[in-house]
Amino acid sequence: MERTNKAWTAAKYFFLLIAMFVVFFPIYSVVIGAFKTQIEYYQSGMALPNDWLNFDNFKRVFEVGQLGLGFKNILIILVISVAGNVVFGTMVAYALGRFDFKLRKPIMGMYLVAQIIPMITTQVATFSVIKYLGAYDSMAAPILLYLGADVLQIVIYLQFVNSIPRDLDESAMIEGASLFKIYRSIIFPLLAPATATLIIMKTINIYNDFYTAYLYMPSKELKVVSTAIYSFIGPNAAQLNVISAGILIIFIPTVVIFLFLQRFIFAGVTNGAVK
Amino acid sequence: MFNLSYKAQRYLILFGFLTIPVLLSLTFSYYPALSLLYYSFTDWTGLGWDMNWVGFDNYKEIFTRSDIFGAFKNNAYYFVGGLLQTALALFFAVILTSRLKGRNGFRAILFLPYVLHSVAIVIMFKNVYHAEYGSLNILLDSIGLTSWQQSWLGNPNIVNFSLAFISIWKYFGLSMVIFIGALQSIPSDIYEAAKIDGASGWQSFRFITVPSIRSVIELMMILTLTGALEAFDIPYIMMLGANGTNTFVSTTVDMAFKFQKAGLASAMSIVLLLIVAIVIVVQRKLLFREGK
Repeated sequence: MERTNKAWTAAKYFFLLIAMFVVFFPIYSVVIGAFKTQIEYYQSGMALPNDWLNFDNFKRVFEVGQLGLGFKNILIILVISVAGNVVFGTMVAYALGRFDFKLRKPIMGMYLVAQIIPMITTQVATFSVIKYLGAYDSMAAPILLYLGADVLQIVIYLQFVNSIPRDLDESAMIEGASLFKIYRSIIFPLLAPATATLIIMKTINIYNDFYTAYLYMPSKELKVVSTAIYSFIGPNAAQLNVISAGILIIFIPTVVIFLFLQRFIFAGVTNGAVK
Repeated sequence: MFNLSYKAQRYLILFGFLTIPVLLSLTFSYYPALSLLYYSFTDWTGLGWDMNWVGFDNYKEIFTRSDIFGAFKNNAYYFVGGLLQTALALFFAVILTSRLKGRNGFRAILFLPYVLHSVAIVIMFKNVYHAEYGSLNILLDSIGLTSWQQSWLGNPNIVNFSLAFISIWKYFGLSMVIFIGALQSIPSDIYEAAKIDGASGWQSFRFITVPSIRSVIELMMILTLTGALEAFDIPYIMMLGANGTNTFVSTTVDMAFKFQKAGLASAMSIVLLLIVAIVIVVQRKLLFREGK
């Protein structure tokens, strides 16, 4: 018995090491590629770069790829849409969680059904709505599309709202607080853990989204990170070593978020599945 | 506001808090979905507003043109890849919920690809798969498997596997973490009781683990299926649909924005929407039946 356990433990580590290798192999080749010169890239294979302080590729990426502009634009879009998202999400959750009214069930159902509509394919029609609103080729387009609360967000917020004792609301009412004050001073602060999780998840999703910016903001000045790196491929493709540097830079923000805020991300992912 | 009765406040709050979110959802989810239905019966080009009613012509075209409906064949690669991914994710989730040193570290590392930028991942794999200078072929060469070298994106028999693998690489960690969450919710005394009764590791897995997380396994299968039906960005970014890698959605996008056949693309979207809806309804029915 003891022996099979030991063999099984060894096997577990063996499988984990293989999985780690598969995860790291592509990342490793990008990391070393980013520090190599063009000739070195094509000649040295998987070897480590000669000079870890060779930042030429990174400089070129910022010049040619307009990554700086991309980061600036996506930051603006992120701040506005995530802030709006939190405000709307908490408001909807408060209204649906604390009050019983005729439209409560239909509104919940509306969010649930909207989830099964494949967003990519409805863009044909969404496109004309955005054009009609005059938001085409401006930052208003992605912001409008990201602003609305989604069902996952509402479900997570509702769980939290329901776990806040109603006694708190009632004692505030006795002291004469308005309903808006109850939302602002009691409900909103107590939703903070859920808000943290949702901000992080939304930020990662929006940062990673390619299609919305690609479709609705074709102007050069409106490049975001996704569309900036997209222009590295295709007819005007950059050298592989320069592309590697670009990929590495683009990876960094979400990796940093992930390393420091892991537990919020895992909480969000696990909560999302149990819905 | 302070002078209003709570009844009046209630109306104000409900109206003020729900109007904008509901309008957003109606404008950007429901209105597009409904107008798609209308466009799907027209010959709209997507430019301007001229369109003629053509009845079911678009739908006929979808089911008779092999390059349109046949694109689902390529979605099958992502589905098979997704099944493999779900099985692997469950396997590693079981490993990482057992007593093991450094399991939180392993969990974090295996989850890492999920947070990486999606376009950058695809371009990274473009470098890895590069026929001449790609790190995959270099690796195969250096470990003496030169004969295994392939033109990973050039060979039409292989390219879809290469693309589906990227999807596994990216989403494997997500499935695994969801499974870990489900596994941790199983009370450990059940396993101890089974051990006392002499159950083997496999028996506990088969008769305790699997039934306990059945709903999560089902959910993952549905996500795999709908995800595969909607597979789009990997082939679109990597190949621009070339070399027989078009999926149904990337074909739809091309029809709408490249070939100016918005009417046909709308009909394709409706077909996809119906398929996804049917899958979900069937799953819900099955789930509820088991609940009884």
